[in-house]
Amino acid sequence: MFPTPIEKSSPGIQTTYKVFLPIALFIWLLPLLAIFMTSVRSAGDINAGNVFGWPTSFQMLQNYVAVFTESEATTYFLNSLKITIPTVILSVAMACLAGYALAIYRFKAALPLFFIFVAGNFVPFQILMVPVRQLSVETGLYNTVTGLVLFHAAFQTGFCTLFMRNFIKALPFELIESARIEGVGEFRIFWHLVLPLVRPAIAALAVLIFTFIWNDYFWATVLTNGEASKPITAAMKALNGQFVSRWHLVSAASLLAAVPPVVMFFLMQKHFIAGLTLGATKG
Amino acid sequence: MSVTALPETSVPGSMVDNRSWYQRNRLRVAPWLFLAPAIIFFTIYVIAPIFQSIWTSFFEWNGLNNADGTSSAKWIGLGNYVELLDDEDFYTSLYNNVLWLVLYLLAVPAGLFIALFLNQTVTGMRIYKSLFFFPFVISQVVVGLIFSWFYNPNFGIVGEVWRFFGAAPPSILGDEDLVTYGIIFAGLWPQIAYCMILYLTGLNNVSPDQVEAGRLDHAKGWKMLWYVILPQLKPATFIAVVVTVIGALRSFDMIAIMTQGGPYGSSNVLSYYMFEQALSEFGFRMGYGSAIATVLFFIMLFFISYFLWSMYQDEKR
Repeated sequence: MFPTPIEKSSPGIQTTYKVFLPIALFIWLLPLLAIFMTSVRSAGDINAGNVFGWPTSFQMLQNYVAVFTESEATTYFLNSLKITIPTVILSVAMACLAGYALAIYRFKAALPLFFIFVAGNFVPFQILMVPVRQLSVETGLYNTVTGLVLFHAAFQTGFCTLFMRNFIKALPFELIESARIEGVGEFRIFWHLVLPLVRPAIAALAVLIFTFIWNDYFWATVLTNGEASKPITAAMKALNGQFVSRWHLVSAASLLAAVPPVVMFFLMQKHFIAGLTLGATKG
Repeated sequence: MSVTALPETSVPGSMVDNRSWYQRNRLRVAPWLFLAPAIIFFTIYVIAPIFQSIWTSFFEWNGLNNADGTSSAKWIGLGNYVELLDDEDFYTSLYNNVLWLVLYLLAVPAGLFIALFLNQTVTGMRIYKSLFFFPFVISQVVVGLIFSWFYNPNFGIVGEVWRFFGAAPPSILGDEDLVTYGIIFAGLWPQIAYCMILYLTGLNNVSPDQVEAGRLDHAKGWKMLWYVILPQLKPATFIAVVVTVIGALRSFDMIAIMTQGGPYGSSNVLSYYMFEQALSEFGFRMGYGSAIATVLFFIMLFFISYFLWSMYQDEKR
C-alpha cells in the first residue's frame, strides 16, 4: 500500500493526521457549508448583515418549504424526473444492444463503429446545437420533454456503448460460443445469457447517466424556452429572478437541486465509482 | 424492440439447407439488427448535425425561414471565418480557452495529491472519501451559484477574509483580469474530486509486491511515487487527462451562471461565445455561431484523435 499506512508511523504523526483530516474536509467543503448556513437563516439575518455569525433563528424547514410554495419549483423537479428517467432507460437499452453487437461479433465495421461512438461522445455540444435545435423546431419537439429525452438518449448512447462494449468484451466468450453450438438464437443468447451477466454495468450506467442528465444545463437551455418543460437546473436562473435578493431562498433552492444526484451517489456509491473509473483499474 | 420476433434457429444436422436467408446469414445480419437503434439515433442527433453545422458555417442565416417555407440562409463562403479573424471577442475567447485548458489540468496532480492523502485506513475513511468526492456530484450550475456567493465581496467568504486582514475585498467576478481565474478555480473544485476518485481506485490496485520490492531497494517517498507508483497509475492518469481536457474545452455552465461571459466579454470562452452569437438576445447569427463551433470542434478533434489513437494502441495489444 502506498503511501505507507499511517499505523506504522509514530503516534505523533498519527494524531496530527487524525486532527488534520477533519480540518482539510472542512476547508474543502467550505463553499458548500457557507451556502447551507445561508439557507437556514431568516431574511432578517441577511438584511442585517449577519451572514456568517450564528443565525438568530433556524428556519431550515420554512425556507425549504417556501422554495416550493413560492415558486414553480415542483414543476421543475417533476420535469427533471420526466426527462432523466426515460433517458436512462432508453440510452442504457440501446447501449446494451449495441455494446453486445460490437463486443461479440467479429465484423470489419465493429472497431470503426466503436470509435465513432467514442468520438461522438467527446464532441463539443456547440457543434450540434444549431442543427439539433432546428430539427426539434421542425418536428414540433422544441420545448417538450420528449425532445430533450430523445436528444439526451442519443448522445449518451455514445458513452454507454463504450462502457457496455468493454464490459461485455471482458465476459468469457466460450459461454456464447457453446450456446451457439447448442443452437440458441442470437437474441435469446443476448437476453437470457448476456443480459443477466451485465447487471452491474447496467447499474453503474444508470446512476451515472441519471447524474449527467439531471445536472444538464446546456441542452435544457437550448431546447426549451418556456416554464412548462424546463428542468430544475435550467430553471435555477429563473428562480434567482423570482427570489430577488432573498438569498436564503436562492441557496435553499440550489441545494435542493443537488439532492437527487447526491442521494443517488450515496445509495449506489460502488456502482457510481465503477462507472466513472471505467478502464482505470485494468492493466 | 423489433428483434424480439427473430425465428428460432434450424435443427442442426438437416442435410438440405432449406433454412431461411436470415438463418443462413444470421451471424452477419444479427450485429446490424442489434446496432440499428443506436446507429439511427446517433446518426440523427450526433453525426449528421456535425456536418450540418460545418455546412451552416458557410452561410449568413438568422435561423428563420422565408414566408414560402424556404430557408433564408445566404451563401457567403468563407465570409464568417474571415470575420472571425478580425473579431477581438473571438481572440479573447480563444485565449481564455487556452487558460482553461492549462489551469484545468492542475486538477490531475491536485487529485493525485488528495488521493495520496486519503489513501489510509483510519476509522471513518470511507465517509471522508465520499465527502471529498461530493462536489463532483453537484451540478455545475449549483457549483457556479455556490462560488458566486463565495466570491461576493459584500457577504461572501472572500469578502470576509479580506476584511479580516483589513483590506478592501476585490470583486473577483467583476474584475476583467481576475474573472476567468475565479471561474476556473470554481471549476477545479469538482474536477479535482473526479481526478481524486480515479486515483483512489488506481491506488487500490497498485500491486503490493512491487511496493514491497521498491522498499527493499530503499525507494522512499518521491522516488517510490515516481518510479514505482506512477507507472502503475498510468491508466488512471490517462482517463483523468482525457476527462479534464474535454471538460476544460466544454466549460459552459459555470460561465453562463457566474458571469455570462462578462464583464465586457472578458470571461468568454468559445463554447459560450458561440451560444451568445447564435442564440441570445444579441442576435440569431446561426452561420457565425456555427463557424465558432466549427473552430472549437476542430480544436477538440485534435485531442479526440489523440485519445482514440491511444485507445487503438491498447486494442491492438
